[in-house]
Amino acid sequence: MKNIWIICRKELRSYFVSPIGYILLVTFAVIAGFFFWTIVNGVLQVTMEAQLEGEPYPMNINEQIIRPLLLNLSVIQLLLIPLITMRLFAEEKRTGTIELLATSPITDVEVILGKWLAAVLMYSCMLGTVVLDMLFLFRYGQAAWKPLAVGCLGMLLQAGGLLAIGTFISSLTRNQIIAGAVTFGACLLLFVMGWVSAYDGATWATVLSYLSLNSHFDSFAKGVIDTKDVIYDVTVIFVGLFFTARSMESLRWRS
Amino acid sequence: MITVKGLTKRYARNTAVDHISFEVQKGQIVGFLGPNGAGKTTTMRMLTCFLTPTGGSATVAGFDILEQPLEVKKRIGYLPETPPVYPEMRVGEYLSFVGQLKGLSRGDLESRVGYACERCSVADVRNKLIGKLSKGYRQRVGLAQAIIHNPDVLILDEPTAGLDPKQINETRDLIKSLAGDHTIILSTHILPEVSQTCEQVIIINKGKIVATDSVSNLQHRARSGESVLVEVGGRNGNLDPAAVQRKLEQVAGVNRVIAKSDGQKRAIFEVESGPNKSVRGDVARAVVESGWDLNELRAASMSLEEVFLQLTGTEAPAEMEVVAATAGGQKE
Ligand SMILES: Nc1ncnc2c1ncn2[C@@H]1O[C@H](COP(=O)(O)OP(=O)(O)OP(=O)(O)O)[C@@H](O)[C@H]1O
Ligand SMILES: [Mg+2]
Repeated sequence: MKNIWIICRKELRSYFVSPIGYILLVTFAVIAGFFFWTIVNGVLQVTMEAQLEGEPYPMNINEQIIRPLLLNLSVIQLLLIPLITMRLFAEEKRTGTIELLATSPITDVEVILGKWLAAVLMYSCMLGTVVLDMLFLFRYGQAAWKPLAVGCLGMLLQAGGLLAIGTFISSLTRNQIIAGAVTFGACLLLFVMGWVSAYDGATWATVLSYLSLNSHFDSFAKGVIDTKDVIYDVTVIFVGLFFTARSMESLRWRS
Repeated sequence: MITVKGLTKRYARNTAVDHISFEVQKGQIVGFLGPNGAGKTTTMRMLTCFLTPTGGSATVAGFDILEQPLEVKKRIGYLPETPPVYPEMRVGEYLSFVGQLKGLSRGDLESRVGYACERCSVADVRNKLIGKLSKGYRQRVGLAQAIIHNPDVLILDEPTAGLDPKQINETRDLIKSLAGDHTIILSTHILPEVSQTCEQVIIINKGKIVATDSVSNLQHRARSGESVLVEVGGRNGNLDPAAVQRKLEQVAGVNRVIAKSDGQKRAIFEVESGPNKSVRGDVARAVVESGWDLNELRAASMSLEEVFLQLTGTEAPAEMEVVAATAGGQKE
């Protein structure tokens, strides 16, 4: 446990001694802020028009603002997650510092968990900037905090899976750029896989659509925790980290 | 302290390390010597549990590298070929990170970092970013990293690569002073380094051990005779090299005289004598008594190099020759 934290702290520091940590935070905050204001504006306009016509429009902040915002962000994060994970292992392999980690009295699993945890914490910071936007809603409207919390939990779980996949891909190469590009491709693929549900009926379409990311996020965005979705996300996390462990093991054979 | 039995490492096509066995006693400094690609790094990586061997076994400090890797790792300090440093960290930060990684307690950490900095003379750059250090300083930080947890065994892969001559000497002294408490294996392809720092040598070539012996034994083994380089100068610029050669050949105990270069002003000869006979005094006297100047007289045989070349059957890499030649000159 202590070892995981040692690795995690070192990774977190390296996000913030280079500009990458700040770039990620600012990019995410700006994009989220942009979506937030456009969505809020749209809702306000509709509400106002409804009031002018004399029939009060039932405003539901969670349904009308939080949900579309989180859905948008779950797409945007596909672009940013590769930037979080790409250097985790690739850089250590390139500079040879992996040799230090692998010859220290600490298990591979601890190394992997430490790095993944750092990536998740980095992502949580990014998500934190969105929550700041949302606090605005609590000030000026009657938002319920529970759906917001569930939505954020869903974002975290989904990102946790993608970050685990990114960690795995980073452990395959010593080139960060390749790691980033392949991770982006993998994330995108997992996302668009859901679109085949247009070919309803065929078993393969059902399977692909079940495996896709977005089919497991919508209920979180609505503020509902569905065990099925949690199991899916946790499975992705587990599979990603498991393969990372295998990849580190094979490193000891091939170097 | 270290026992290696039939250790083997095969990569997809080639066998990098082929059934090597050796033992290292506690407190010894062992030099691991071999040409490029001999398998030194691969062996060290297996001993440090970075690579899994294809076959064979090894124990370090009584723990098997396959069965109890964590126990082995606790007791090893390892300096890889390229120092494993993070350029974005400061030296002090980096050393305390490694200290934590090696399991030092919070109380010991500060003093161990100070000690390692002091020992490897990086105390003056403690607050600098590692990325901004010169190669030699990075190497020293790598060395400091290896000794930070006071390990029983030190495994150093080419510890003096990239250092300046002064620093090379300091590092060798450091390594020698670490022996006793620590058991040390260091790899190198610089021969004088072995004769200066190590007690025991393991010569490895193409993945196989070709010799394990003490340095003095090895030097002895190849010494079938002594050979001396003589540079002779002529007074007022006229020298007859042939006459000099004849004169040298007449010295008692000399087997053969080979002219290395001759000229009007000075000529160089290699004088070979029988085993265990020192002819240097007689040679010097002969030259001077004949009215020539004796410009230089030094031992030509760098016996360890000869052993090495003889055993590995390879040409010495260029770097080795240069370093060896200068070191040979210093010996006299
Ligand atoms: N990851 C690898 N995959 C395939 N072959 C490898 C790998 N690493 C090393 N080798 C091969 O194993 C052999 C031994 O390499 P090694 O690095 O152990 O040599 P070395 O003695 O350390 O040489 P040097 O003095 O150049 O450092 C070489 O032939 C090398 O090509
Ligand atoms: Mg090597």
